[in-house]
Amino acid sequence: MKSLGSIRRDFAPWNDPNAKPYIQFDNVTKKFGDFTAVNNLSLTIFEREFFALLGASGCGKSTLLRMLAGFEEPTAGRILLDGQDLRGIPPYRRPVNMMFQSYALFPHMTVENNIAFGLKQDGMPKPEIAARVGEMLKLVKLEQFAKRKPHQLSGGQRQRVALARSVAKRPKVLLLDEPLGALDKKLREETQFELMDLQQSLGLTFVVVTHDQEEAMTMADRIAIIDKGEVMQVATPAEVYEAPGSRFVAGFVGNVNMFEGKIARGDAGAASIDTGNGITIRTENAGDAAIGAAVAFAIRPEKIKVSSKKPDGAVNAIEGEVYDIAYLGDMTVYHVRLDDGHVVRASTMNAARITEDPLSWNDRAWVSFRPDAGVVLTR
Amino acid sequence: MNPTWSRFNITSIVLGFAFLYLPIVLLVVFSFNESKLVTVWGGFSTKWYVSLFHNQGLMDATWVTARVAVISATVATVLGTLAALTLTRYTRFKGRMLFSGMVFAPLVMPEVITGLSLLLLFVAVGLDRGFLTVTLAHITLTMCFVAVVVQSRLMTFDRSLEEAAMDLGAPPVKTFFQITLPVIMPAIVSGWMLAFTLSLDDLVIASFTSGPGATTLPMKIYSQVRLGVTPEINAACTILIAVVAVGVIIASLANKRREVQRQRDEQAAQRG
Repeated sequence: MKSLGSIRRDFAPWNDPNAKPYIQFDNVTKKFGDFTAVNNLSLTIFEREFFALLGASGCGKSTLLRMLAGFEEPTAGRILLDGQDLRGIPPYRRPVNMMFQSYALFPHMTVENNIAFGLKQDGMPKPEIAARVGEMLKLVKLEQFAKRKPHQLSGGQRQRVALARSVAKRPKVLLLDEPLGALDKKLREETQFELMDLQQSLGLTFVVVTHDQEEAMTMADRIAIIDKGEVMQVATPAEVYEAPGSRFVAGFVGNVNMFEGKIARGDAGAASIDTGNGITIRTENAGDAAIGAAVAFAIRPEKIKVSSKKPDGAVNAIEGEVYDIAYLGDMTVYHVRLDDGHVVRASTMNAARITEDPLSWNDRAWVSFRPDAGVVLTR
Repeated sequence: MNPTWSRFNITSIVLGFAFLYLPIVLLVVFSFNESKLVTVWGGFSTKWYVSLFHNQGLMDATWVTARVAVISATVATVLGTLAALTLTRYTRFKGRMLFSGMVFAPLVMPEVITGLSLLLLFVAVGLDRGFLTVTLAHITLTMCFVAVVVQSRLMTFDRSLEEAAMDLGAPPVKTFFQITLPVIMPAIVSGWMLAFTLSLDDLVIASFTSGPGATTLPMKIYSQVRLGVTPEINAACTILIAVVAVGVIIASLANKRREVQRQRDEQAAQRG
């Protein structure tokens, strides 16, 4: 069985036409004065999904989260949770909890009182609160910090308290606003996996807002890419990366080489693209682009091979000159300037320690790729 | 860098401190004077302190002042906090500029004018001048100071704390009392202390708005001085200075300790 990317996903309710949507944004618009933060946006999120809203700052992703939490009301459209219209329901009566970017820990309360706060609001009996708080502290491995105040904790510990507090009430949906934004890189990577495990073990629906594409790719089942208050694409990380729907998405997620051109000749999805300066690209992924259509051919750097000689039988091989090389340890990145002036980025995994045919700066070189390695973008 | 103790530096420091503290030192020293004449030293004695506690007029005035200060500071703190909340939270209502200007005007208003206008008001509405009118006047005077202190704290208040509380199921009123109020409490307490001291040492407004039976300590001292200074007044002032100094020292020590503790905690947390 073939699939995009390297993961086979068994959990994919979005492909099941009978699956019941859990969270629905239904033509939602949100305006602040003259500024439109969210523009007629529709989205469907399924139960137990780890869903990421990815976009640059100011794209409206946080506004979506705040509307779900109840801090903002949509100007138009409606938001449904498990079939119930959320309009007019104040934040303190919604079955969702949020983990704030600033963590928003109550500075005058100990760690355990922070975690117990939401449970007390529900009037849960004291022994049960104590048991649940203990359980949560264990979950985030902070048992010995129960009596500390937030300012007596490190950044990573505060993040875990915020997490424990927001899942303590067992909400139907957990909203996470840039949950790892304030952590350093190493801690962030560890915490990503912790969050995924937590989501699995609690069986909750997670909606996370992030501007970090790597974070979204690592954690999410599906990613919605948001730009200027509109959804650009909703897809699994592999689809977003390997089959982006538009030039914007291809450029936003990961590195990409883009060739603008016209479809010269094609049949049944295969086509030649004339880039207008002597380079013709042959691809099998032209979709239904018509002959003569202006398209972009997008190809990821790791799908391009760089070699000193023209590879035998290569369908696409273009000659150029090595312009820059970056050795990153696990891989090497080459910038090759094609003879038409176009600079192509290609990366090679350093799977072996010894390279037989090393390249140097200013060497003549060939970049080559398979006809199924790139995608044709019409938008 | 080492400070060089040049002659010039020493002179300026001595002059500066003398300018600030010589009058107070003289006042304290002469409160222990045996002689009845304020300017002539007649030997050490504490008799003026004893006689002070038998001076019914002064004691009454002290009691009035304390009550006025506590009541007016408390009411002013409640009103000032509400004003600060309104001004920082509801930024889009009509006439906000006018309202905030009016709240803060008494800060720069000459006290004589505040006092006189309050006097005219009390006369116009037929309110007998006394304890109630002084207290009301002091509330008017000190409320804006509380509002300024609390507002500056609210400016830096992280609203997501309140959102987090509501998100966890606390309705707005509960959120206010369980989260907002405890977090801004230090500012409210300093607002109260500021109001308290302002009320304690106010002479001008009290003179305008007070009536028989409600003479405050500053009024009493002032009126006695006009009849001639007795060392008794010196003794009363020395006690006042001592009370204020002790209060200030305790407050700053507590502050300092909290700060040191917080820094130590944070360093410990960073180490893991």
